[in-house]
Amino acid sequence: MSLDTSHDHSHVNAPDHPVPDPGLHEEERYTDADERAGARAYRQVVGILAAIPVLAIAFVVAYFAIPIDATLHIFGATMKANHLLLGLTLGLGVLAIGVALIHWSRTIMGDEEVVEYRHSAASPADSREEAAEKWAIGVEQSGIGRRKLLGTGLAGGVGIMLVPAVVLLADMGPWPTAEERKKTIEKTIWAPGVPIVNDVNQVPLRASDIAVGQLINAQPATLFELHGAEFQTEKAKSSLIVVRMELNSIRIPTSRQDWHVDGILAYSKICTHVGCPISLWEQQTHHLLCPCHQSTFDLGNSGVVVFGPAARSLPQLPITTDAQGYLIARSDFTVPVGPSYFERNSENDFKEGDD
Amino acid sequence: MRSPTPKRHHKAARLLLVAAALLVTGGLYAVVAPATSVAAPTPEETVARGQELFAVSCASCHGLNGEGAGLLNETAPSLIGVGAASVDFQMRTGRMPMANPYAQAPNKQNTFTAEEIAAISLYVASLGDGPAIPDPGQYDPSGLSAAEVAVGGDLFRTNCSACHNFQGSGGALPNGRVAPPLLDAEPIDIHEAMRTGPGEMPVFADGAIPDKDVRSMIAYLDQVHAQPSAGLTLGGLGPVSEGFWGWVAGLGILMLFATWITKKAARK
Repeated sequence: MSLDTSHDHSHVNAPDHPVPDPGLHEEERYTDADERAGARAYRQVVGILAAIPVLAIAFVVAYFAIPIDATLHIFGATMKANHLLLGLTLGLGVLAIGVALIHWSRTIMGDEEVVEYRHSAASPADSREEAAEKWAIGVEQSGIGRRKLLGTGLAGGVGIMLVPAVVLLADMGPWPTAEERKKTIEKTIWAPGVPIVNDVNQVPLRASDIAVGQLINAQPATLFELHGAEFQTEKAKSSLIVVRMELNSIRIPTSRQDWHVDGILAYSKICTHVGCPISLWEQQTHHLLCPCHQSTFDLGNSGVVVFGPAARSLPQLPITTDAQGYLIARSDFTVPVGPSYFERNSENDFKEGDD
Repeated sequence: MRSPTPKRHHKAARLLLVAAALLVTGGLYAVVAPATSVAAPTPEETVARGQELFAVSCASCHGLNGEGAGLLNETAPSLIGVGAASVDFQMRTGRMPMANPYAQAPNKQNTFTAEEIAAISLYVASLGDGPAIPDPGQYDPSGLSAAEVAVGGDLFRTNCSACHNFQGSGGALPNGRVAPPLLDAEPIDIHEAMRTGPGEMPVFADGAIPDKDVRSMIAYLDQVHAQPSAGLTLGGLGPVSEGFWGWVAGLGILMLFATWITKKAARK
C-alpha cells in the first residue's frame, strides 16, 4: 500500500461519481495553534499517566492491608471492602491507561491527515507466473508424475484417518433408534407402587396430610438409591409436582378419574417447551407458569397449555395410595416427559376437550 | 428486770418488722381476695372481642360470619378454616385490611395492636380448624448446624426460588401480581406464609416440610442475606436487572467512549 500525502486525488473523481470528493480540510488543531492549550493537554496526559502508579500502589496496599471479611456500607448495601477496592483501583488504572493514550493521540500526536488508496489484493502478474513455475518444478521433482501410486497412496492414507475421527463421535451416546428411545428418553423410573416422596428431605407423603392449595416438589423414592450421573439423568425426567385442589373447582376427564386421590394430582415438573423445571404455581387460578418463556399450564384441567410457546399439555402421572394412605405411582408417565424431539409421537398427549 | 442481752435488737429491727408485717398482710390479701376485672379475659371473652373487631374491620368484605363474598370483579375468600396463623400473617404484615382492591394485597404499616390481632385470630380460628400461630421453637433459626442450613438451602431452591428468586429477592407473577422479596420478612412471617399459603402462594404444609426444615430454610435465608456483596447487587434479581444496567449504562458508556475516540480533537 502506498500513502499519498500530496492531496492530489483528482484522478479518483470519476465524472459520474454520485458523491463529490470532499477532499481534505486543512484546519489546524487547537492544541497546535495555541501553545498554552498544547501545554495543558501535555500536562493532562502526564497527570493521567501519573495516576496509574498511585492506583497500582493503592491496589497492593488494599490487597495486604484490608482483611478479607472487612465490610463497607455504601448506598445502603453491605459490600466486601477488599473486593470493592481491588476492583475499583485495578479498573480505574486500566481505564487511565486507555484514556491517557487516546487523549495523547488526539491532542499531541501528529495531526497530519493522509489518504490510503485501495489496490487490488492480487500479486503482480510476473510474481504469479514465477510462483507457478516453481510449483511445476516442485511437482516434477516429487516424482508424483511418473510414479502414480505415490499420489494415490498419500490420498488414501491421509483420507482413511478421517475414519477414527468419525468413529469417536459414537461416544456422544447411543444411536437414538426407536428401541433405544423407549429405554431412555421415553421412560422414567416411575413404576407401579413407587412411593412419592418430597424432594431433598425425602419425607413420604400421606394423602390425608396434604392441604388444599398445597404444592409439593416430589421425586420417586427410588431416585435416592441412585448416584452420580445416573441420579441426575433420572431426576431430570422423574421430577414431579404434586398439588391438591378443591374437586369441585377443577375438571377431571373421564379417562383420568382414577389418576388422582381426592383432588391430589401429580404432573411432570419438566416444561414441554424446552424442558425448564417449573414450580411457579398459583393456588387460586391453578395456573403453573414456566419462568423461562412464560408457558402457562392449567393444572385444574389436565395440564393443558393456556399461554406461551409450549405446544403440548404437561404429562400427568397416575397416582393412588398404598395401604397406609401414602401416595404411590400407579404407573410410569403415559407419554414421554419434557421437550419435543423429531421422532416424538404426540398423538397420545392430552388435548383441550379430550375426555 | 433488765434484759440480759440488750444488744439483741438491731437498729433495723423495727423497719424489718414493719416490712414483714406488710408482706404477710399483702400476701394474705392476695390469696384471700376475689379475682378482679384486671385478670386476663377468658377465651370466650377474647373470641367475643375478636368478633366485634371483625365486624368493624373485616366483615364488609369477608361477610359477618367470615363466609366470604363476591366484590365487583374480585372475591373476598371465606375465612372458615383458614386458621389463626393466616389472620396473624395477613394483619401483622399490614396486608389486611386491604386499602384498595389491588391485584394482590401489598404489605403496609399495620395499625392494629397485638391484642386486637390475637382476638381476631382467635375468633377466625373458632370458625373452623386451620393452622395455629406457631411457637418460636417452630421457626427460630438459631442453633442449626452448617449441614442443616445447607439442607435448608436445597429445600429453598427446590420449593421457593421459582417465585421468590434464589436469594429471596422476590419476582413477578402474571396479571400484576408479585412474589414479594423476603429480605425483611421475619422468621414467623415465613413460617406462617408457608403453612397458610396467602393469596396465590401455595401451601407448604407440615406433611412434606416439617418445622425443623422450615427453620433450616429460614436460617439459609438469614445466612444469604448476611453475606456482603463485592459490589452493587442491582437488586439481586438476576439477568433482568443486570441486563438492564449492562445494556443501558454499560453500553451507553462504551458508546460515549467510542464517540470520543473517533471524534476529531477541537479545531481552531
